[in-house]
Amino acid sequence: MIVASAANVLVWIVWVVAAFACLGTGIAVISFSNPFYSALSLIGNLASLAVMYLLLSAEFVAAAQVLVYAGAVMVMFLFVIAYLGGRADAPWAGGPSWQALGAVAASAALFVEVIVVIGLKTSGRLSDSADIESSFGRPYEIGRLFLTDHLLAFEITSIVLLVAAVGGVILGSHSRDAPTAETQQ
Amino acid sequence: MRGPDIVWYLCVAAFLFCTGALGVLIRRSPLIVLLSLEIMLNGANLALIAFARHYGQGDGQIFALTVMAVAASEVVVGLGLIVAIARRRLDLDVDKLSTLRG
Repeated sequence: MIVASAANVLVWIVWVVAAFACLGTGIAVISFSNPFYSALSLIGNLASLAVMYLLLSAEFVAAAQVLVYAGAVMVMFLFVIAYLGGRADAPWAGGPSWQALGAVAASAALFVEVIVVIGLKTSGRLSDSADIESSFGRPYEIGRLFLTDHLLAFEITSIVLLVAAVGGVILGSHSRDAPTAETQQ
Repeated sequence: MRGPDIVWYLCVAAFLFCTGALGVLIRRSPLIVLLSLEIMLNGANLALIAFARHYGQGDGQIFALTVMAVAASEVVVGLGLIVAIARRRLDLDVDKLSTLRG
């Protein structure tokens, strides 16, 4: 009993650290004026999210999160930021200040709405989670679901990735007669 | 190993989503708009995985992995657009890219 409650406290501590790291780095992403620091904060955000996925016993998704997001996608971001150099820096807020105020009010209202809906609709019903088997979240189970119940999603994902790769090549290919800002104006 | 209830994960997911939405609305650099979009997608992913754990079924994790693949595709196309904009020496500012405005 004592061991169980100690483990519970440990899980809570890990969760609180991961959640606050998640929220703090999320705010840091949108408040740095240098995109390089924003991208680095997003890596921290994705890593703390991976910790929360582990707490939710989604081991394979946590590994994929670190490999795909924090690894591949963020390296691509950092390459583009380095390619753009100083031109990537942008002023902090756009437009007149009433636009920024409206944006803050809109997202705060969205947050309050979601929290109220969570509180109204789920009060008490989300307290006891279902018991899970030991295979839950393991690569075996994920692969079994992907190749049996969700085969269509798997195939469509491959087509989406192929289309995105072709689109990236087309967007990145250099066309010599592309109009520049000088020729357009 | 009990840990916090699913409701707490949902609150973190909602906060992440709203943070990302605020970033999309308030920032002008298309790079940071893309980064904020990633935050929104990850907030949705966290809610999906929390519900998958709550109901003890793996379908939510499958959906989260699909969202990850779609996010990777979106980053490829978005960064390709940003590089194309930068190569044409246009300003990297979403407020000034208004040629298609009706």
